[in-house]
Order: sequence, then structure tokens, then C-alpha cells
Amino acid sequence: MAESMALEPGLKGIASDWGSDQRAFKNVPWGKAMMWIFLLSDTFIFSCFLISYMTVRMSTTVDWPVPSEVFALSFGGEPIPLILIAIMTFILISSSGTMAMAVKFGYEKNKTMTFWLIVVTAMFGASFVGMQAFEWTKLIVEEGVRPWGNPMGAPQFGAAFFMITGFHGFHVTIGVIFLLITAFKVRRGDLDNERPGFMTGRKGRYEIVETMGLYWHFVDLVWVFIFAFFYLW
Amino acid sequence: MVQAAHDATSFVAPLEVEEEELYHAKTFIGKYIWSQDAKVIAIQYAVTAIAIGLVALVLSVIMRLQLGFPDTFDFITPSNYLQFVTMHGMIMVIYLLTALFLGGFGNYLIPLMCGARDMVFPYVNMVSYWVYLAAVLLLVASFFVPGGPTGAGWTLYPPQAISPGTPGADAGIIMMLVSLALFIVGFTMGGLNYVVTVLQARTRGMTLMRLPLTIWGIFMATVLALLAFPALFVSAIMMTLDRLLGTSFFMPAMVSMGEQTAYDGGSPILFQHLFWFFGHPEVYIVALPAFGIVSDLLATHARKCIFGYRMMVWAIVAIGALSFVVWAHHMYVSGMNPYFGFFFATTTLIIAVPTAIKVYNWVLTLWRGNIRLTVPMLFAIGFIFTFINGGLTGLFLGNVTVDLPLSDTYFVVAHFHMVMAVSPILVVFGAIYHWYPKITGRMLNDTLGKAHFWITFIGTYTIYYPMHYLGFEGLPRRYYAYGDTAFMSDSAQALNSFITVAACIVAVAQILFIWNLISSLRNGKPSGPNPWEATTLEWQTPDTPPKHGNFGENLPLVYRWAYDYSVPGAVEDFIPQNVPPEDVPTARTDDPTAAPAEGQPA
Repeated sequence: MAESMALEPGLKGIASDWGSDQRAFKNVPWGKAMMWIFLLSDTFIFSCFLISYMTVRMSTTVDWPVPSEVFALSFGGEPIPLILIAIMTFILISSSGTMAMAVKFGYEKNKTMTFWLIVVTAMFGASFVGMQAFEWTKLIVEEGVRPWGNPMGAPQFGAAFFMITGFHGFHVTIGVIFLLITAFKVRRGDLDNERPGFMTGRKGRYEIVETMGLYWHFVDLVWVFIFAFFYLW
Repeated sequence: MVQAAHDATSFVAPLEVEEEELYHAKTFIGKYIWSQDAKVIAIQYAVTAIAIGLVALVLSVIMRLQLGFPDTFDFITPSNYLQFVTMHGMIMVIYLLTALFLGGFGNYLIPLMCGARDMVFPYVNMVSYWVYLAAVLLLVASFFVPGGPTGAGWTLYPPQAISPGTPGADAGIIMMLVSLALFIVGFTMGGLNYVVTVLQARTRGMTLMRLPLTIWGIFMATVLALLAFPALFVSAIMMTLDRLLGTSFFMPAMVSMGEQTAYDGGSPILFQHLFWFFGHPEVYIVALPAFGIVSDLLATHARKCIFGYRMMVWAIVAIGALSFVVWAHHMYVSGMNPYFGFFFATTTLIIAVPTAIKVYNWVLTLWRGNIRLTVPMLFAIGFIFTFINGGLTGLFLGNVTVDLPLSDTYFVVAHFHMVMAVSPILVVFGAIYHWYPKITGRMLNDTLGKAHFWITFIGTYTIYYPMHYLGFEGLPRRYYAYGDTAFMSDSAQALNSFITVAACIVAVAQILFIWNLISSLRNGKPSGPNPWEATTLEWQTPDTPPKHGNFGENLPLVYRWAYDYSVPGAVEDFIPQNVPPEDVPTARTDDPTAAPAEGQPA
């Protein structure tokens, strides 16, 4: 009937568009919708972490350590502030680039390129986590920073640092594992043959590369905020 | 053609996505234990939630015994009392109500009422239940560790929650926090499923504005939960770190047991903000599904369309949105900036507007309806009473100046039990009496049901009405014993004993309900597919109880909204959502346009 198909103007049109038959988001597969909503929820988690960090940073009476001094590395005797973080940030943002290319080649059903780009993304991610481990080791062993205190100032510095970067690093690690699983599925041809996954009737499709990509870009974006609020403030 | 039908159309849009490929398990374990069928998962959720809820019920009886008859029971020590208060609150709010409404009713009703084969990700849905079960088991285990469960109150405020001297500050609090974190992880897996199923997996013809309000309520509550639980998750992690690693997120410098603690510079108020940023939406996570379900119960059993469907939907959405900006009305006495109180009192009172719209619409749905006083209907009407009572005392507590003297008294206890404990529980009972025939194929016993209703409903008032007076007297909550205090009248203790007797009767009466559930499995009279003559899709399934995949060969097509009751001109007083306008039997058979098509039931 024509009335169901016609576009209504104004707010009513918006409401009937959103409430329309079968799907609210047209051409959005279930997995992608689910990932977006999960990321929205995860955004609230990271927001709570960062807001809590800002609150304790303001409420503590002891001086906050200066990040550019704490996170400096010495090359040839000259300390360079934030150099490691700069490299880590560069690597993580680069990995978003390779991920985006993987999505593109995935939709072109270019198996080889998709596989290698996902593997490169995972390697970037793994090296990020590796450098984070190095950063943690240096802070703990050389600088004496602990979750409950540190020689430079407010004890909340170490607490917030280990908690927030740890939670983010955990996200990256999970991402690396799932990227490798996705890469394996691409290589085995699961997505070309629409092979169902483990204990599910759902067929493999190249959409999952994009779904993984959404997660990866999110983890990357969160890092930008952590970088800005923790290292640059 | 029936003239007055609401939005019935003969047109149904073509299929947009191919049908869901289900994983069909072959073994008994795959079908009923590690099941991916949302209906089985729903029953697993519901049984677990009700079982742990009974534990919380027993805890409340023990608390009442102590309050009603102090110095009588040796096994209730002050520490035990605080632990029971804490566990009672935590279990009832999160492990019973949240899990039962969203995991139980959500899983059962969302696919059926939206016309879907199953949730969109059945495997994730299955894992959701097992993580929830792990959270429940961890919570139960905390009763058996040295020091027992935490006794910090369900709000778990630091610094007291993790300071020595508080019951369960050794192991109990850690298990509580980890259990909460697990619950949130498990819930997120389920919640993503519920939201995506409602948004993306409805059957042909099922627009959002044709959804039954039950689904709207559960959907909005799930959205709230997905956005509010993160705050609890984060605070649980931070408090665990404070307790285990000695960080000072929430812990200020303080002296405990005569010694300076190692904590320094944390912010206890930060925890309160995080907790209530979760805690207030949590009230609506419990209330919105109840709002939705009660709307459907009232419409079905009053044989009338719900009054103001569109406004009901917008009210649910508005309440959901507003619930995120009222949290600090739980913190008027916390020492936060008084201007905050002004802001949060204003938003709190604004939320009364959409809530009042809903209450008026429920009452107007009953107005001149063909009311059938079935057991679900009794519970639905009972809900309107308790909810209005609890809502009105909310207006008192929402105002800063009135709240200050009433804060942490029995007035608060009476308020929130009326509005967000008993009211949703009455809806849970009503919903179980309503949908049990679809779940099992048998009716629950009517006489037992009516006895259960009247004892519970009248019991509610005998328990909670006197508490308002105790609160006005200034009787503080969470006290083990009152002894001789100057401000307390002698009759307060008599009132407390009276409440305890009433509470014991109501608690014992729940055996009627449990017995009814169990015995009707075998002895209930067969219900047929649609005993209440309801319009929504779950009553139109080919099998009762519905099989895996819900709708047999073909998914139903939806031609109308969920509330075509007593449509003028139609023979029957209800028209199911999947009946096209031309197939509706009409009274005037002499009208050639109204004659049923050949082969259709007249």
C-alpha cells in the first residue's frame, strides 16, 4: 500500500524511518550493529575510567608527577620526552590504516591481500603491547612506580596509569587474538565458502573483517584519548 | 473490512534479509543444557534468578525477625544482620530482578513477540547465561568463606566497605565485586543480543510502532543497562584494586583500628557518583520492563487497546533518557556541592511527568474496559496501586529539603520497596501467571493464584505502610537493634513486631506460588495456544510450547499493531497481529465487501 512506502515530512518522517519494517538500520548486518552497540557500551567504560582518573588527579593533595619527565627515554645521554609513547602511538595509528585497507580488500574478496593486511595489523598491535610491556617494566624496575605509590608524587599516578593502560592493553591483546583468528579464517577460505562457525549456523562472510575493523579503530581512538589526557596533560 | 482498526494494512513489505540459520543441536545436552534456544536460556535464567531470589527472601525474613523481636534469636549477630541486609538488597535488585526481567522475560518474549526465529547471536546468548550462573555461584560461595559475605550495604560505599571491622572485608567484598563484574560481562553478551534482535531482526510488517509495549520496555531497559553497568564495572575494578593492591582511588588518608592506613588522597564521593550513575538507571532497568509488561496485561485482560500507545512509547524513551541525569538525588547528604542538589532535584521532579503519563494511561485503559479479573489482571491492578503509592513518596524524597531529615530512615526503605521492589515483583508474578500457559502448555491453578495475590498485595501494605511512620519518627535504617532511644516512641517497637508478623505471613505465602508452578506442570489444565485471547505474536505459534525456531515453516506476517481488542464490527473481541484486514470475520455478512474470503474461517 502506498501509505506505507511514502516518505512523510518532518519529525514524523524521522520516526517512521527509524521505526520502519524489519530493520531500523537498513543494510547493516547483525554483527556490525552488535559491534557498534558494544563499542558504545565500551565507550562508557573508558569514559568512566578517564573521568575517575581526572577526579583523583584533582582531589589528591600531593603533586602529580610530570609525565614528560617520567615518560622520557635517554638516547646517548640526552632524555627525549615521550619518545616511546610517540612511537607507540604512531604504530597503533598505522595499524588502523592497514586495517582499513584489509576491509577494502575484503569486500573485493581479495583473499591474499586481506590475509596479509590483517596479519600486519595484528603484528602492529602485538608490537604495541610489547612496547607497553617494556614501558611498564621500565617504570616498575627503574623508576620504582607501584600501583600504591611512587617516588615522584601522588600515589594515584601509578594506580591510574597501570589500570587505564592495562585495560587498554588488554583490549589490544584481545584484538590481536581475534585478528589472527580472522586471518586464519580468511586464509582457509571460510569467508569465500560461507562455512558456518563453531557451534553456530551463521555463515562466514567478509563482513566480519569490517566488524573486526570497527573494534580495532575503536581501540585506536581510545588510545588517542588516553594519550591526550594522561601523557599530555 | 473492519472500519475502526488502528493501523491495519493489507500491504506487507518484502523480505529484507534472508532467514536466520539456526544451529540445531542433536543431543539432549545440546538441546536443554548448553542450549542456544532463547526460550531454554530464558527458563534457565528465570529458574536461577528465582532460586537465588528465594535465598534473599529468607534473608529478609531473618532481618525482620531480629527487628521485630530483638534479643530473641541468638544466631543473628550484628555482623550477620549487616551481611543479610547487604545480600538481600544486592540479590533482589541485580541477581533477581535484572536477570529475571531481561534474561528471563527478555529472552523468552523478544524473539517471539518480534517474530524472529531466535536471538541474532544464539551462541553468545548461551554464554551469557553461563557467565551469569558463575556470578551467582560466586555470590553464594561468599557465604561460606572466612568472614562471610560483605556487610557494607548494597551500595558498598568505601572507605567502610573495604576497611577492617566491616563484616566480610577480607574475602566477602572481593567476591562480591568480582561477582558483579562477571554479572556485567554476562549481561552485556545477552543485552547486545536483545537490542540487536529488536532493532534488526523483526518479522515482515513489524514496525517499531507496532511492537507490544512489553518489548519496548525490555528494549529500553537493556539500552539503559548497557550504558549504566559500565560505571559499576569500573567502580568494581577500582575498589578491587584498592582492596587487593592498596591503590587509593576511593580511599582517603585515615586512621583505622588506631593506626594510620597506607591509603592516601582518594575520593570516596567519586565512588558514590559512579555507583549512582549506575544505580539510578538500575531502578529503571527494573521498572521499565514492568511498565511494558503491565501495559500488555492491562490491555489484554481489559479487552481494550492501550490508551495512548504512542505516548506510552515516548514516555518509556523519555524516562530512559532522563534516568541518566538524576543520579545525585541519592547523594543529597553526601557533602557534595549544594547547587548539585538544586539541579538534581529539578531533573528528578521532571521525570515524574512521563511517569504520570504512563499511570494515567493505565487507568484510562481500564476505564470502561471489559475487565476480566483473571490472576494476571489482579496483579497488574495491584501494581498500579503500589506504584502510585511509591511514586508519591518519591516526590517527597526528590526534594532536597524534605529528603535531608528523611534520609537513611525507614521512610526511604518504605519508598523504594513500594516503588521498585514490590511493584516490579507484582508484575513478575502477573507476567508468570500470564505467560506460563505459553511456556508449559498448562494453566496455573486459579484459586491458589488468587490466594497468592491477595495475601501478597494486602501483605505489602501491612508491611510497608507502617514503615512510613517509623521513618517520620526518624527510625534509622540498617540498624541491628534500637534499644532505648529518646526520639523513638514506645509503640515503634510494637509496630516493628507487627511488620515482622506480616512479613513472615507473606513470605510463607510464596510457597503457594512455588507449589503452583511445580504442580501445574503436571496437573494444570491444558491451556491451548491462546488462553487469554491475546493479539500478540507469541500466542499465534503453531506449537504450544513453541519449538526451536518458534514459528514452524513460515514466519508470521504482521498487518496491525498489538492492541486490536474489541474492534467495532469484528465478531471476536480481538484480532491477532498476523491476521490481514480482509480475513477479519465481521458481523454484517450481508455486506458483500465484508464477506470472508473463500476457505477462511467465518
